[in-house]
Amino acid sequence: MIENGSEMARAEDTIMRIATNSGYPDAQVFSTVTGIIMSIPDQKNAQVESVSRRSIDLEKVSWVNRLSRDYADHKITLADFFEQLKLVDQAVPYFPFWLQVLGAALVSGPLMTIFCNNFYDIGVTSIIGAVGFAIYYGINKTLNIKFISEFVASLLIGILAVIAVRLGLGHSVDNIIIGAVMPLVPGVPLTNAVRDILNGHFVSGPARGMEALLTAAAIGFGIAFVFRFF
Amino acid sequence: MVMMIEIFFAFIATVGFGIIINIPHRALVVAGLIGTVAWLVYWLFFNLQLGLALSNLTASVAIGLLSDVAARRMKMPMLIFNIPSLVPLVPGGQAYQMVRNIALGDAAQGMRFLTEVIEITGSIAIGFLLAELLNKLWKKIMQKKASF
Repeated sequence: MIENGSEMARAEDTIMRIATNSGYPDAQVFSTVTGIIMSIPDQKNAQVESVSRRSIDLEKVSWVNRLSRDYADHKITLADFFEQLKLVDQAVPYFPFWLQVLGAALVSGPLMTIFCNNFYDIGVTSIIGAVGFAIYYGINKTLNIKFISEFVASLLIGILAVIAVRLGLGHSVDNIIIGAVMPLVPGVPLTNAVRDILNGHFVSGPARGMEALLTAAAIGFGIAFVFRFF
Repeated sequence: MVMMIEIFFAFIATVGFGIIINIPHRALVVAGLIGTVAWLVYWLFFNLQLGLALSNLTASVAIGLLSDVAARRMKMPMLIFNIPSLVPLVPGGQAYQMVRNIALGDAAQGMRFLTEVIEITGSIAIGFLLAELLNKLWKKIMQKKASF
């Protein structure tokens, strides 16, 4: 769950619910963004699970949440629960790639209009936003380097925006870049950082905030690069 | 007329961001509606000359309250609703101007936009805090009523 963008409190809560229902009401859980430690008092060993990969898939979070609630209500057995969890891990219905790119287009065009009251550049912004998101997605899938993908994507967005305006397709470089960068904004880590800190998870909250900040900085560098050269 | 189009765009943008972060299909429309309402609140307060901070704060309180209601109705985690609906409030324009001005060497102007960004993000965070507080208060009151 932590891998896919849930808050700490929810992950701990879920583990506790499962443990209580399996007959260990006094289990202890300690979790941070990079790992979970769990122990059951009558047993000598604690279990450690590390979390090294983080992506965003809120559907998985919601699914696990529902499963654990079902289990707590004794609707399903432990074996069933485990089976289902494996299923969730492999085969969650993900929006297909083209639909996500379409989503990016839908985010960038309209948002640009809301922010800047500019009705001329909607089409260009949507297309550039979609291309930028596709590049970001592709780099993330193939190379799996966290901040480089945002950097390259925003760099290309900037270059494309400049080219579009030079060719006379768009009016304002500023507005196009503002809109097209929006799909890359780290909304999930930012919100989670705030919620984690409010819930007293002072290790995870700032760590997530750092992640969001670095992502934002990567986007900013990409854009700044464009300004230096054009 | 422009107003109507912008409201519609707020809805579309929220749904689009929902698709990107892969929220459950059933939640898409609800999240979109919450985003629209939040943006409407923001717009209303901003046009009443109440300033950036207060309008963002009220809008994020609205997001917090509405998404708690939605989360309980649809039995889904609350953050599914409040992350996408936050998107129309994000200070994208100011953040961009900040980077641009600093990159071009106009640090003073950049700092001005930086303070604006901090102001907006801070008031959104405090708005969530207030919403959390109100939700907890509401739950307490309901429990008291039930125990009578």
